[in-house]
Amino acid sequence: MSKRKAKDAHLPIGECINQVHQILRKRFCHQQLPDKPEGVEAQHKHLAELLKRTAVHGESNSVLIVGPRGSGKTMLLRSVLRELSQETEVQKNLLQVHLNGLLQTDDRIALKEITRQLQLENVVGDRVFGSFAENLTFLLDALKKGDRSSSRPVLFVLDEFDLFACHKNQTLLYNLFDVAQSAQAPVAVVGLTCRLDVLELLEKRVKSRFSHRQIHLLSKLTFPQYLERVRDQLSLPDDFLDGKFAQEWNAAVTTLCEDRSAEEVLQRHFNSSTDFRSLHTLLMLCLSRVSVARPSITPADLLDASRLCLADANANMLHGLSILELCLIIAMKHLNDVYEGEPFNLQMVHNEFKKFLQRKSNSMYNFEQPVIMKAFEHLQQLELIRPADGASAKTQREFQLMRLMLDHGQIMEALQKYPQCPTDVKQWAMSAFA
Amino acid sequence: MKYFTRLRVRRIYEWRGAALGFNRKLQTYEYGSLSIRVEGLPHSTVISAGQHILIEGDDDDNPYVARVVRLFADESGAQKKAVVQWYVRVSEVPPGKLKLLGRNPHPQEVFFYEGRSCEDEVNAESVLRPVQVRHLDAAAPFPVSEDGDIFYVKLSWDSRTFRPVDPSLLDASRPPCRSLPLSPPSSPPAAAPAPGGPARRALPTPDPAVMRGAMATPASSRKPGAEAESLHSLTKLSASKCLSAKRRSATCRTPGVRKKLQLSSPDDPAALRDDVLQQLLEAELEKGRRSAAAASPSEPLRITHSLTPLRRTSRTPGRHDDFPLTPCSVRRRESQSETDSPPAGDDLSSPQLESSSSRRRVALRRNHATFRETTSTKRKEVQTGTEPVLEVLDEEEEKNCALRIPRRQSALKVSSRIRKQLNLLDDRLSSDEDEEEEEFVPSRKELQSDEEEDDEGDEEEDEELKVKKSRRSSSSAASRTKQKTSARTPRKAGPKTPRTHHHATPSIPNRAQPARRPGNILEEARARLHVSAVPESLPCREQEFQDIYSFVESKVLDGTGGCMYVSGVPGTGKTATVQEVMRCLQHAAEQDEIPPFVFIQINGMKMTDPHQAYAQILQKLTGQKATADHAAALLEKRFSHPAPRKETTVLLVDELDLLWTRKQNVMYNLFDWPTRRHARLVVLAIANTMDLPERILINRVASRLGLTRMSFQPYSFKQLQQIVTSRLNKLKAFEDDALQIVSRKVAALSGDARRCLDICRRATEICERSAAQLVGMSHVMQALDEMFSSPYIAAIRSASTQEQLFLRAVIAEFRRLGLEEATFQQVLVQHQALCRVEGLQPVGVSEGLAACRRLGACRLLLLEPSRLGVLQRVRLNVSQDDVLFALKAD
Repeated sequence: MSKRKAKDAHLPIGECINQVHQILRKRFCHQQLPDKPEGVEAQHKHLAELLKRTAVHGESNSVLIVGPRGSGKTMLLRSVLRELSQETEVQKNLLQVHLNGLLQTDDRIALKEITRQLQLENVVGDRVFGSFAENLTFLLDALKKGDRSSSRPVLFVLDEFDLFACHKNQTLLYNLFDVAQSAQAPVAVVGLTCRLDVLELLEKRVKSRFSHRQIHLLSKLTFPQYLERVRDQLSLPDDFLDGKFAQEWNAAVTTLCEDRSAEEVLQRHFNSSTDFRSLHTLLMLCLSRVSVARPSITPADLLDASRLCLADANANMLHGLSILELCLIIAMKHLNDVYEGEPFNLQMVHNEFKKFLQRKSNSMYNFEQPVIMKAFEHLQQLELIRPADGASAKTQREFQLMRLMLDHGQIMEALQKYPQCPTDVKQWAMSAFA
Repeated sequence: MKYFTRLRVRRIYEWRGAALGFNRKLQTYEYGSLSIRVEGLPHSTVISAGQHILIEGDDDDNPYVARVVRLFADESGAQKKAVVQWYVRVSEVPPGKLKLLGRNPHPQEVFFYEGRSCEDEVNAESVLRPVQVRHLDAAAPFPVSEDGDIFYVKLSWDSRTFRPVDPSLLDASRPPCRSLPLSPPSSPPAAAPAPGGPARRALPTPDPAVMRGAMATPASSRKPGAEAESLHSLTKLSASKCLSAKRRSATCRTPGVRKKLQLSSPDDPAALRDDVLQQLLEAELEKGRRSAAAASPSEPLRITHSLTPLRRTSRTPGRHDDFPLTPCSVRRRESQSETDSPPAGDDLSSPQLESSSSRRRVALRRNHATFRETTSTKRKEVQTGTEPVLEVLDEEEEKNCALRIPRRQSALKVSSRIRKQLNLLDDRLSSDEDEEEEEFVPSRKELQSDEEEDDEGDEEEDEELKVKKSRRSSSSAASRTKQKTSARTPRKAGPKTPRTHHHATPSIPNRAQPARRPGNILEEARARLHVSAVPESLPCREQEFQDIYSFVESKVLDGTGGCMYVSGVPGTGKTATVQEVMRCLQHAAEQDEIPPFVFIQINGMKMTDPHQAYAQILQKLTGQKATADHAAALLEKRFSHPAPRKETTVLLVDELDLLWTRKQNVMYNLFDWPTRRHARLVVLAIANTMDLPERILINRVASRLGLTRMSFQPYSFKQLQQIVTSRLNKLKAFEDDALQIVSRKVAALSGDARRCLDICRRATEICERSAAQLVGMSHVMQALDEMFSSPYIAAIRSASTQEQLFLRAVIAEFRRLGLEEATFQQVLVQHQALCRVEGLQPVGVSEGLAACRRLGACRLLLLEPSRLGVLQRVRLNVSQDDVLFALKAD
């Protein structure tokens, strides 16, 4: 590595690393669109043709893009729109309205947003933002006035489409689909959702008006393709400032992908999830370790990043507990074992703990009841335990029924890593009679 | 001015004198006159045949206007009836039809009603009091009057078009004993409402204030009383009046003589007014002959010009000498072009001219504003006018001065009225001007929008422009607003909140390039198969069409009301059929086969709240805007009060079930109104469920809905095939087998025609991509697959390894528990065991939870809220068999 640094004459190494960070971060964090759709060519063509017909012929359409989270629904739509915007005929005609179910939580807000994005609010001053009813009639009138051949087509993009189906009476969806199915201003309604059962959410009248076109984005990625994608994501473009550095970087990436341990890590990630977002998180963690001193990604980096990604949050939290709190958790675990997951209360936990102290009192004190209570409350605040369903707040705190929110595996794992854990506590955790 | 309604006073109606005769055929007694008096007051009003009267209607402020033709009582003598000839007020003409008028209606204008849809027999006890109706010639201006009790009739209205009133018609229908207001110039001076002055004064008034008002009103206008007054004040006037006094004495038909006559016999004011008119006519005729070479027989048109300046001048008689001379020529040109127009004043009612005039109105309004600013200049032309005009002018001045001296305060109000009239007049005048007048158009924008708008949009355009112009010429806007409001409710003291934005509906902007036409056969087929394409006919719904048609037709013919409930699953053509029926009926009404009716539709899904239904109905019926509560009250009044001249209203209520409220009062009202005697309302309610009345309606609503029901069955495969074939209309784009499989498949699933059309449309797209000429089996199968295949199995197959393992763990845990539900913790144990079997590293809790949540987001699993962590319960949203099938094939 030091050799490589010495050879670098064109640009200082710091500058190169800076550039690498900039380029790759843009890819991982800003969701930069890839140049070409990968693996979704058919869907891309279908959507592009559909929107083009709306823009050019004034044909009304409605379509749903369905796929799991991170499968590239928005990316598909954005790349189609980017492609369409390069054609002047489309670009000049198409009006766009983007709505998101998480932002427009009811029809009233959605209607206001539509009016705003269509820039209709200036036409009659403030009156538009009168009552909800006025707003609706206003918009419907506006759409009704148009016709297929003369008005500009409107593209409605409904992100998180399933949330719109929760609106009262589904008024907005009914009206949008009704416009799409009647001789009014041409509209294209594109819904994006990750729910496969979205059609069942639609009311029967709304469902009848929907054209039932669905574009499913289901990745059929194999592991070699996944590896290929990792390489693409990490590689530097050809037009990188310092050609020599880029060559070396790309070669390092290739060797990384062929490395046995790195491949294992990636395989594990591939097994867990195939979407872009989790991959980007992993690669981002690797990238952040790249510096002037370590100008390439090594398999060890990947391993560390993977460990960070897959780390168990709750088990990590156990490391920060006091010995007393840990003992209480262990007592709860034993209670869970004995009573097969039935809820417990503070008194039971304290008794279990006292039994342990009686047997092995050499290393632990008997704590006062208030101290035990304090520790118990701290565990509740950390949400490691939570009140059982239906337990009323009226009962005394000592007798309130609780459930443990941890799995046995998590507890044992945490005990292994706990710094300076007394041996008898460890043994107690292994067996209730230790 | 208030009307006396039954609510406030009890009026007593009695026959005056004995019966004139007994009609054996009809078993009725004929009477000559009826006297009305108010309980507790000595005065009584006499109504006799031939007189014009006000009849109680659904609007207290706007009672109906009519003329009594005959008075009679039934055999027992208990029921007093009257046969009347109706006049229609401006406010009663549908707002959409007012455009046909081609000008702004005068608030006091009425139209001679020639339609047939109204019964002409009314209860005599609904008569309020006598009123004056005067005939004006089509081109004559409306006289300025403060009095709301004089109505002017120019045109007749047969619920479709305006026509000039044929004076002979008025003559023919005039009963022998009484005379109508005369129609100039041929008819002799006749005594119109005989008891005009005295009767009014003797009108029974319970309220002294109202009484005073009634007394004062005639005095404020040029009524007998006022004219008497004017004579008294004559002495105060300038020397110019002496001239007219001289003139008066010169001929026996001069106003002076008239006045004397009036003083002696105040019974005939209307007749004398007509004489004045006639006099003016003659004078104007002379002027016309002199000024315009091309004198046509259309003298009435001419009057317009001469009268207008007169009215104007009358306001400011003292400033005669300081007028610039220029505008005179403009006027002259107008008058010439006026002469060229067709005679007898029917130019206003001829449709082509109307449309062009309304189109030009916008541009010309600015023109009027200029005219108004130089009102004084207009006066000049009077000066340049001929001698007789001057004389008459002076005559007019005299009267007006006399009026103004005692009440200067009212001058402002009066002048604003005059302005309004001028505006009206100019509107009408300019409608006949040449295109070159367009140069008065104030801004390019207005011109543009004017050109863009077609005739139908004109009304709205006017409204919008009004807003824009309001800053520039506020007076114009104000006066127009006033007209607008007064057209609706002429009695309101002043314009309330001006409804300037009323019709302003912006539209989606127009596209830069025109939409491309369909290029090849497949594109053409796709355009025809789109659900929005309106087919020429609706195949497979002939029987339903016939049933609905005959139902509505019979109701319209009988003038009764009724309800019909139409049900059927979505996409079976309910709304389309009803709309088709209404289109046919409207066509029939245009062909005069059935009486005209109003059709409005509302949709439960297109309103935000069930109560908005009232507001929408009212708006579509009358153009009025009101809150839901107010609209409900107005509609209630409209449908429950006897209104003999009402057209049948057909109301289509789509998606009825959404109008459900807890108390169901919206539905109750909708179905209750048709049962009212006077409502003439036909309600067609559409919903999906067949047994909606039984299921969600409470008894009193279900009972009112009645048993006239119709249910649309889902289409059978043959019908679906026929629908597609008829839409394609011999366009060969599909293989027959392909069509059949689509229709069979859809018929088996839902029978929804929309679905069938959508699949066919998708099939053409697939076909286009595969570069085939004809849509075949394979294309259709692919389209069907896309639309009907369940995505679950594909989704499971494309899930990641850990997700698939998790699903297997879920099933394993279910089997172990024998339940369809397990906590995540339990499943995780299974999952980790499966991982070991598969030779994978066991998953941690976080990793397992992530996989679980991803499956939950797709709704392959149903999860509890994630804050429960490992304790959340997991259920499958697909059948276990599906999951196993999907995973086994892997």
